[in-house]
Order: sequence, then C-alpha cells, then structure tokens
Amino acid sequence: MKKFLLALLVVPAIAAASEAGYRLDRAPIDPHDQLSLQAGARTFVNYCLNCHGAQYMRYNRMTDLGLTEAQIRDNLILTDAKVGDTMKVALSVSDGKAMFGAAPPDLTVVGRSRGADWLYTYLRTFYRDDKSPTGWNNAAFPQVAMPHALWSLQGERSLEVVSHAEHHAPPEYKWGQLSPGTQTTVQYDTTVRDLVNFLVYVGEPAANDRKRIGIVALFALVFVFIFAYALKKEYWKDVK
Amino acid sequence: MASRLMALWDWFDARMPSVAEEFRKHASEYYAPKNFNFWYFFGALSLIVLVIQIVSGIFLTMNYKPDANLAFGSVEYIMRDVPGGWLIRYVHSTGASAFFVVVYLHMFRGLLYGSFKQPRELVWIFGVLIYLTLMAEAFMGYLLPWGQMSYWGAQVIVNLFATVPFIGPDLALWIRGDYVVGDATLNRFFALHVIAIPLVLLGLVSAHLLALHDVGSNNPDGVEIKKKKGPDGHPLDGIPFHPYYTVKDLAGAVVFMMVFCAVLFFVPEMGGYFLEYNNFIPADPLKTPAHIAPVWYFTPYYSILRAVPPISIEWLGIPPTQFPGVMVMGIATLILFFLPWLDRSPVKSIRYRGILYKSALAIFVVTFLVLGYLGTESVTVWGQFGPWLGSADVATVVARIFTLLYFAFFFLMPWYTLIDKCKPEPDRVTM
Repeated sequence: MKKFLLALLVVPAIAAASEAGYRLDRAPIDPHDQLSLQAGARTFVNYCLNCHGAQYMRYNRMTDLGLTEAQIRDNLILTDAKVGDTMKVALSVSDGKAMFGAAPPDLTVVGRSRGADWLYTYLRTFYRDDKSPTGWNNAAFPQVAMPHALWSLQGERSLEVVSHAEHHAPPEYKWGQLSPGTQTTVQYDTTVRDLVNFLVYVGEPAANDRKRIGIVALFALVFVFIFAYALKKEYWKDVK
Repeated sequence: MASRLMALWDWFDARMPSVAEEFRKHASEYYAPKNFNFWYFFGALSLIVLVIQIVSGIFLTMNYKPDANLAFGSVEYIMRDVPGGWLIRYVHSTGASAFFVVVYLHMFRGLLYGSFKQPRELVWIFGVLIYLTLMAEAFMGYLLPWGQMSYWGAQVIVNLFATVPFIGPDLALWIRGDYVVGDATLNRFFALHVIAIPLVLLGLVSAHLLALHDVGSNNPDGVEIKKKKGPDGHPLDGIPFHPYYTVKDLAGAVVFMMVFCAVLFFVPEMGGYFLEYNNFIPADPLKTPAHIAPVWYFTPYYSILRAVPPISIEWLGIPPTQFPGVMVMGIATLILFFLPWLDRSPVKSIRYRGILYKSALAIFVVTFLVLGYLGTESVTVWGQFGPWLGSADVATVVARIFTLLYFAFFFLMPWYTLIDKCKPEPDRVTM
C-alpha cells in the first residue's frame, strides 16, 4: 500500500506545464500593508475609475484600509457618488466599444481572474507601437485595446523583440525609454505594486478576515479533536 | 428533571415506537465489523458533506438571483455585502469538491475490499446512481455563478447531447430551453439544482443505507461477520454502530473538518481547481475562452471524450461527429454498474487477492489520475510528436492509451479475476 501511494506521488511530477508568452514578474504585494493599499486606492480612483468600474465594490468598504468614511468621501470619491454606493463608472458600454473597440471590463474581481503577477507585469510592459490604433501595445497582452493609462508616470517606452527560435530559446526583450515619466523606474514599480495590491484586495475584501478566522477555526478544531479522540479511546478500550 | 424527561420520552414512545425501533435497527443494534480501517471513514464523511451542502445551499439561495443579468453580481453581493456570505459561499464551493473527494475515496474503498460483490450488489448500484446524480447536481450548480467557465462548460456539455443521431439538436434545445445557454437555462438549472436533484439524492442515499443495513457492512478482510454468531445472536466480530462507530466517525469528522477548513479559509480556489480563475469573468456568450476545462472531478471523463476521434461515415453521408466519443464517455460511467458481475474472484478483499487484481487496481488508479490531469489541460500541453508519428499531440496519444487502460480494467476483469492466485480467507476478521 505504501509503495502504491508513493507511485501516485510521481504522477503530478509529469505535470510540469510550460506557459508560452511573456514571462510574468512576481508581484511583491502585501495584503496587510495598509499604506500600500491606500496608495493603490488613490491610483485606482485617479487613473482607472474613469473608464473601468468596480461595480460590486462599495466606497465605504475601504474603511477596511484604515480610512474613515469622511476621508473616503473627501479623497477617493471624485464623482457625485454617495459613500455607500458602488464604484460605478460613467462611461457606458457602447461608448467604451466605440472608443476602444471593446468595452473596458469591470475590475471588481480582476485580481482573481488575472492574478496579481499578471496584473503587475501587464501594467509595467506597455510600449509605443505605431501599428496599433491607440499607439500603444503591451508585451504581456499583445494587441490590447487599452492605451497606457499610467504613461505620464512611466513615460513612453519602446520594445524590440529578438527571436531566438532557431536556438529553441525564448525571445529576448530589449526595452528602451523614449521619453521620461514623472516617476523613476523604482517609483513606478512601487505605484503599480500598490495598485495591484489594491486590486487584489478589491477582488476579495474579506480575504484578511478569512485567514484570521481560519486560524481560530483550526485551533478550535484541534481542541475538539483532543476530546473526540479521548472519547473514542474510552469507548474502544474493550474492543479486542 | 430527569424523570420528567423520561416521562416525556415514554409518552412519545407509546405513541410512536418506531422511532426507537429504527434507532436500534440502524444504530445501537446495527452490528458493524470491528475491524474498519481508515478507508471506512469516507461513507460517513459523504453524509456529512451532503448535510453541509444542503445547509449552506439553503443560505445561498436566500441571496442568490437566478437571472442571467443578476446572477454574477448576486454572487459578488454574497461575497461582500451579506454578513458571513463569503463563508457560506466558500463552504458550498469547497463542499462541492470535498463531496467528490470523499465519494471517490469511498468508491476506491469498495474496489479495495470488494464491497460491491455479492451480497452487496444493490448497495453498489445505489452508490453508482448517487455518483451519477451527484455529477448532474454539480454540473447544474456550476452554471449558477454565471462566470465564463460556468457558461462555456455548460455550453460544451449540453452540446454533447446535440451529437446524438436524429434527435440530438432537438434534445439539446429541449435541455437548454433556448438556442444558446441563456436565462431560461439558468432558471431551470437553478430549479433542478436546489430542489429536484437534491430530493433524488436524498432518496438514493436512503436506499443505499437501507440496502447496506439489510445485508450488513463489508470489512477490510472481506469475510462475512454474520456467518459467526455468538450465543446472543449477534455477530462475534460485530460491534454496535452506536456508540462505537459514532464516536470513531466523530473523531474522523473533526480531522476531515480540519482539512476542509484549511482549504476553505486559506486556499478556497485551490490553485484554480475548486474555483476556476476564468469563472471570475462574467459569462459572455460572444467571447469563447481559449481553453475550456471542466472542474477537476469531471476531467477523467472529459479526457476520455476528447481521446475518441470524431468519426464520419462517408458512404452514409454522415459528417464528422463527436457522438462516438460521447458514447464511449457514457459507457465509461455506466460500466460501473456491472462491476459486481465482472469480478469473478472467490475473495473480496485486496488482502487475499492475487497479483493480477492488485496490479490492475494500481494501474486503474494511475489511469484515473492521468486522465483527470489531462482533462484539465489543453491537448497541446505536452507538445507534438515528430512527423514520424503524424505530428500528433502527445497528450492526445497518452489519453488514448490510458482510455484503453481504463476500459481494460473492466473488460478484462472476468478473465484476470478468475485466473488470479488468491490467498485463503481467514474465518474471522483480523484486527
């Protein structure tokens, strides 16, 4: 039986699949870093919320981030929305289609569908491309309909892809800076890190509570198990 | 106080003695073999998960909206605005996968110790019916969050019915209630998921347990404890289910709850296997995802479906159809019903079976896992063979080999169980 179970362990090892495309960077996010989450919220309402909504996320839920409702109302609501409203966007679906070719998707759960690493990479790999309708393209999401919303921070960049297909090696990405942004590379990476941190939080605002309650639940179950096991031992001591 | 309670009980018992009688019959005087091991927890655990699913499901329906325009948002509403809603939803989504985990392990126990063999054929048949009903329940439930995988998964599965010759397209239309999966489909799947199929499940579970309690439980030695009875008329190797197995299963249930909670609270998506990432994108009938994979518990059968190439019969003017694959997939599930008659071994338990059945079962488990893994991936996951093999997808070829192995386990069973060199069974159970 033991050998048999060991053999089963080998099966997943065969399962190492390789994903084609741009290699994703690891997003250095921290769901407990409230300053980072607040900074991300600020970037989100200023740069994203003009075209993308977060229609299932209420503004006042951001009290989770250590903000008061007054602070949220004064700093993070840039429309006439009430603090208990959800983060809706004024841009209609049909306008979005007309402007970008595809309506900008709602971002409430984008942190869950795309994942932090993808978002962190995507928001840092825009480059200038004369052939695209918006003048922008993206290494992680080729032919994306979205222009670089954060370009004033990152500046304009160029990308040259050198293929190494003849050596069966992944292509080489050569980045260039065409014009500077208002932030340095390190500052920009931090801005995107905070934004992605916030998007992951918006994807599941209860996530921190969930883990906290989970630890309590597991300890409680260990406690219950001690009694359940003792009870079983007591009843079974006569069974031979 | 105690005497008053007893008086109340006597009053009740005088008017409805069958309650006490049934309790004796199914618990306090149901004699179960004393040598149950680890594998015997999963029956009781399946029952616990069934209760978890029903209770969490009731609370979900209080806030869920079965409407194509509102369904996705109502799930997010549950996750955010309903107090404790995220917990209820994760209990239900984790419970769905946990159900299949415990049921698969429970079925594996049956294969290990020959629990399906005479005289327990009906227990096994009711069990297989539960398994198939559970698949229908899970499939319809998966449509309800109305994400991309819900939508396109349902589209793919319903289209399988469309491959049936002659009546297929009408059949698929009848199931969907629309030309594509839409609001009508969502509404009927909701009705079936929350009331119709659960009622069938409860009936089948009762039948499974009644049939079991009539013939008595099997055990890891596969010997019938009813053959050796003591002077009191009870099996010598039997102990009353209550309290012995109620307290043992209670301890097992707590351990199960630990694993369940570890998933629920720390990895509710289970790396995209319990909650697929694409299902956090609202259903879009105009945008087909590049890769559609069913949830993990269906993937072995999905692999079998994909392994069978579409067949066209040119002289009859029949265009390429997936129907053979659908049929093979159907047979792969229905063949389970025949297991009691395919196995011709004189012994039940793996402990006394010969090398042939042991090897066959080991190969079968590996087969099920490999098919299951391949079903979660696209057919190009392992690349292609060179031109010398027609540049075929490696994964497809592997899936075909393992599909043959899957059926070999069943179709060759009458042969290998008959010639297998079994060891003699003991008279009594061993501890």
